Amino acid sequence: MSVVRVYVPRDAAALAVGADDVASALRDALERRGAAVEIVRNGSRGLFWLEPLVEVETVRGRAAYGPVEVDDVESLIDGGLLEGGTHRLSRGLTEEIPYLARQERLTFARMGVIDPVSLDDYAAHDGWVGLRRALTMEPAALVDEVLQSGLRGRGGAAFPTGIKWKTVLATTAPQKYVACNADEGDSGTFSDRMTMEGDPFMLIEGMTIAGLAVGATKGYVYIRSEYPHAIATMNEAIARANAAGFLGDDLLGSGKAFHLETRKGAGSYVCGEETAMLESLEGKRGIVRAKPPLPAIEGLFGQPTVINNVISFASVPIIVAKGAAFYRDFGMGRSKGTLPFQLAGNIRQGGLVEKAFGITLRELLYDFGGGSASGRPIKAVQVGGPLGAYVPESQWDLPLDYEAYAAVGAVVGHGGLVVHDDTADMAQLARYAMEFCAIESCGKCTPCRIGSTRGVETIDRIVSPTTTHPREQQVHLLRDLCETMLYGSLCAMGGMTPYPVMSALNHYPHDFGIEPSLAPDVERDDASTQHKQPA
Amino acid sequence: MLEASQQQTLGVLLARHRSTPGGLLPLLHAVQEALGYVSADAVEDIARAFNLSRAEVHGVITYYHFFRSAPPGRCVVQVCRAESCKAVGGDALLAHAEAVLGCRSHHTRDDGAVTLEPVFCLGLCAMSPAILVDDRPHARMTPEKFDRLAARLEIAA
Repeated sequence: MSVVRVYVPRDAAALAVGADDVASALRDALERRGAAVEIVRNGSRGLFWLEPLVEVETVRGRAAYGPVEVDDVESLIDGGLLEGGTHRLSRGLTEEIPYLARQERLTFARMGVIDPVSLDDYAAHDGWVGLRRALTMEPAALVDEVLQSGLRGRGGAAFPTGIKWKTVLATTAPQKYVACNADEGDSGTFSDRMTMEGDPFMLIEGMTIAGLAVGATKGYVYIRSEYPHAIATMNEAIARANAAGFLGDDLLGSGKAFHLETRKGAGSYVCGEETAMLESLEGKRGIVRAKPPLPAIEGLFGQPTVINNVISFASVPIIVAKGAAFYRDFGMGRSKGTLPFQLAGNIRQGGLVEKAFGITLRELLYDFGGGSASGRPIKAVQVGGPLGAYVPESQWDLPLDYEAYAAVGAVVGHGGLVVHDDTADMAQLARYAMEFCAIESCGKCTPCRIGSTRGVETIDRIVSPTTTHPREQQVHLLRDLCETMLYGSLCAMGGMTPYPVMSALNHYPHDFGIEPSLAPDVERDDASTQHKQPA
Repeated sequence: MLEASQQQTLGVLLARHRSTPGGLLPLLHAVQEALGYVSADAVEDIARAFNLSRAEVHGVITYYHFFRSAPPGRCVVQVCRAESCKAVGGDALLAHAEAVLGCRSHHTRDDGAVTLEPVFCLGLCAMSPAILVDDRPHARMTPEKFDRLAARLEIAA
């Protein structure tokens, strides 16, 4: 009798809804029945509304069941789970679930398919192809491959990755570094976390290729402390890669070296800004540095440093394996390739949707997300994290493309979408944006440190005006304040907090007590499109 | 004053991390993991080992939300306050947790049984609202589920 493989995810989000309990209940029940099974703890497919999603390998492919609770285990087995039998929780073959079938999974191709820390699984699913090719290439050719792919920083700033690498390659220094920004603090985002927990060798491979491309032999992954599972999985994967020669002094016998270690953040949002992250990696308070010098020239410990987001590095192996043209053929305009969009907040089918740039918010919200979780109309979607604009329905048919979003004063950012239904009070959400900025400001520049607190007070007075503080005057003051923060802040923390605030004020004036007829000219007052984007 | 065993632990950890490049954060994480918090009494030794002023070490400890200067409760409950969780009742959940635990946010209950803290995003946003209890994540949280959890952990007031 052959051994049947049963998959139960180990992703933190699956664990958060009982995946460990389901896995042990399955193991116990199947052992009692004497079934020959192997339970694999895979990453998540990213179909989070179905988690815990149990899969069984059958001759037709992997059959999916979800969301599975401990109490469902006996009836699942009775219903022929091991043969892919039908059950109330049957979802058919995983690959045929429309939510997954309609995606363009390049970076997330292995996600949920493999055992995250199995080197055999990784190699069997196109792992290390990029690294092997990179080891045969000249650094300049490698940098050019990434440049030609059109890959732009996936952390949110969308700066061309190849340009950064080229800058570092051109420097001469005793030690260069590769630093991965895994301080994924934006609410509504989890693609970095999924990558580290579900396909960590992909990140290791991407960072190693970056090291080869720029001549860096040392890398750090800066992971936020709120992600204990990601830290543990990355550490295990790094240890295994070292033992197998994919990291270390002699990469696959090439004589080239690359060493990698993780560093744990400590609950500071602003450390997701690249220069604050460098300070933190150096063991200091995470205070933003003024630029220049660029980190590519004077970065970690004063040395040239490539800093990229998890998804930027994770996109590199497939680019090098399949060539720049393959990747560049996805997307539109100057937004090339794919982005893992993350559906979050008040959404019926929350999860990860990797699609080429150009898809619209409406498609993501309804074709994938299935509308709001509450069943009420969707009122606003915050795109791109806590520093992203609230996007109203009138803009839901715009293509998700860096330039198209910038043109309306919004940002694509790291691809997080937080959905709010019609019970949301946009004035309170605007106030929260200012409050969050006040809590998380590093304190180095005045517009951010003080402006955020004044912003909270001003919004309170707009909502509850007095004769000495009439609403019209306070709205004027808030606009002035936002302009000061936008143009006067040192980094995106203060510089982009006006995005959610102004978009809420401009698109939902009623929530601030402003009559629509008195609403300001939206086009004029939207956050500037020329402003720098977040790191 | 640190107890003798704490002092010894600190000494071992300082020896391990003092020459690590950028080693202060890894050291502070190690101290907090071993002792539960970073005592003000440890600052002087840390400063000496890293060739920093006490003010600099104090500055780092207090800059980061994660580091504690006082012992936490036996159980630490963190409730997400970020936008995704707010969109599905995160604020009400935090208020509910305060009532059930008999403990205000940012505080440790007088009996030392529980610490309640806000947290800004656990990366579980596709299944909000989310909380973290002693590093164990719980998502799609409801007041009823929270009550059952609190009862099981024996942390309800």
